[in-house]
Amino acid sequence: MKQILEFEKPIVNLREKIAELKKFTGESEIDLTEEISTLEKRLSDLEDNIYGNLKPWQRVQMARHQERPTTLDYIGELFTDFLEFHGDRTFGDDEAIVSGIAYYKDVPVTVIGHQRGKNTKENIRRNFGMPHPEGYRKALRHMKQADKFNRPIICFIDTKGADPGKESEERGQSEAIARNLMEMAGLKVPVICVVIGEGGSGGALALGVGDRIFMLENSTYSVISPEGAAALLWKDSGLAQRAAESMKITAPDLFELGIVDEIIPEPKGGAHRDIKQQAANIDVVIEKALKELNNLSNDELLEQRWEKYKQIGEYKEQ
Amino acid sequence: MKRGTYILLKDLFNKKKKYASIPTEGSKVDIPEGLMKKCDNCNKIIYRKELSTNLNVCPNCGHHHQLNAWERINSLFDEGTFVEWDKGMITSNPLDFPEYEGKLEKDRKKTGLNEAVVTGFGNIDGHATAFAVMDARFRMGSMGSVVGEKIARAIENAREKSIPFIIFTASGGARMQEGVLSLMQMSKTSVAISRFSEAGGLMVSVMTHPTTGGVSASFASLGDYNFAEPGALIGFAGRRIIEQTTREKLPDDFQTAEFLLKHGQLDQVIHRHDLTYVLGTLLKMHQKGGSPK
Repeated sequence: MKQILEFEKPIVNLREKIAELKKFTGESEIDLTEEISTLEKRLSDLEDNIYGNLKPWQRVQMARHQERPTTLDYIGELFTDFLEFHGDRTFGDDEAIVSGIAYYKDVPVTVIGHQRGKNTKENIRRNFGMPHPEGYRKALRHMKQADKFNRPIICFIDTKGADPGKESEERGQSEAIARNLMEMAGLKVPVICVVIGEGGSGGALALGVGDRIFMLENSTYSVISPEGAAALLWKDSGLAQRAAESMKITAPDLFELGIVDEIIPEPKGGAHRDIKQQAANIDVVIEKALKELNNLSNDELLEQRWEKYKQIGEYKEQ
Repeated sequence: MKRGTYILLKDLFNKKKKYASIPTEGSKVDIPEGLMKKCDNCNKIIYRKELSTNLNVCPNCGHHHQLNAWERINSLFDEGTFVEWDKGMITSNPLDFPEYEGKLEKDRKKTGLNEAVVTGFGNIDGHATAFAVMDARFRMGSMGSVVGEKIARAIENAREKSIPFIIFTASGGARMQEGVLSLMQMSKTSVAISRFSEAGGLMVSVMTHPTTGGVSASFASLGDYNFAEPGALIGFAGRRIIEQTTREKLPDDFQTAEFLLKHGQLDQVIHRHDLTYVLGTLLKMHQKGGSPK
């Protein structure tokens, strides 16, 4: 069952009508070719109009789309010989994060990403892509290894946020997230982060300190979910749509705020419409970024990373 | 009959009241505002002056009431050694968030502070250190651009001056009204700490009530030594959210300093009266090698 979002309904209806007419033309003597081509033109305009002007809340829905490609989908498209490695060596293996090494155009790289499921069964196994402390620690273990073997790191960000659970608190999820932020800051290899779906709060950030941060056109990055923000600020989670607008969480917003380096375009209708095209769009920016970053010395890399983060934030001095 | 007697005897020795008393207008007047305070934990009425000379620790039950930033600074630093940094930095409401500026103005008036953190340097027991003290009265100590920038600068200053850095956290987490810019302050401060640590700098974190959300998941947890005050609430996700999501009964001491100590997340829980001694001793022990080169 394909998931159809509310604002896509006019497009779907028109598309169905065209299909019906086509079927009718094929079966009868009446020639409707002209009408069909008019409608097809209208469909294309309608798609441009709707997908070209997505509101923040609509982008949230796109980012959460059931069929939206996940980290493993992109790994399959962008890398070869991916070897997944498990476990934090302390507590367990968190399947909400996948991690391993692979070839990116003949260069070994470390790839880490949040992993959602596409159905209920898989989502339960993956904890809906919400990492536990052992997930961040597994990621860190692999980052340190990448540092040792001088491999660039590519992170895919796609999570609602950290696991809100008793055990995660007991095992120190604050410390696990904080440690990743600090350790990522000091890595002597290029780190590239790509937000592919939802970038939810600390759980996202724990894979998100890099030399380049890219966002897919319809991905989001926020300090709290729109529902959570609405509940906190206005005591009504039903105001999520309003919160999505006020909080500035879309890719264009983050680009404007100077947090994101580049927005990666999505195929018309979203990443899930054409995974290969989407992967190709991601490929372009990763290749360019790696070329730029590989030319830097360790000191230059660390200095630029600091400069990048130093300038984030707005304030006045009296 | 026997059971009844038991209850009666028990009640004689039990301090706990059988009935909850609803304060009336009259009873409120009985405690002159400013002169006395009811302990948040044991409900005993204490003279404010007595409480304040005891560093806001209840003389009856030992409960640690919050200290504001200046009370904290005055209680720790050698007199006349404290210098404040970036006092005039204020937020510019980067997202044009509705009603935000009014709320800030109200808190500025209430606290006499420009933001939720005071940074600077001074001496503790004769040892120089850079410093950041958060104040939970200002927008619940939440971290926006100004808090992140002031803390990052304080850490950079410590690195340049080759002195240690001590932070007292008190924060509800990220500041919602600055959205993702608040979230990114976690990264910014962490990158600063990484540089400081790489240079060999000593960082000490003292978590006070409350230290939650993005603050607990960044600099609060990144000290070479992580301490907390007794009874402080420390955690990432809110208790209510965890209960709602997992439908699990949480222990009473969940996310308290003592709970974290038990689970290996803290070096020590330190009574406020012992802080100057512990911090002073730590600074002394790191005189050789604890300062960035």
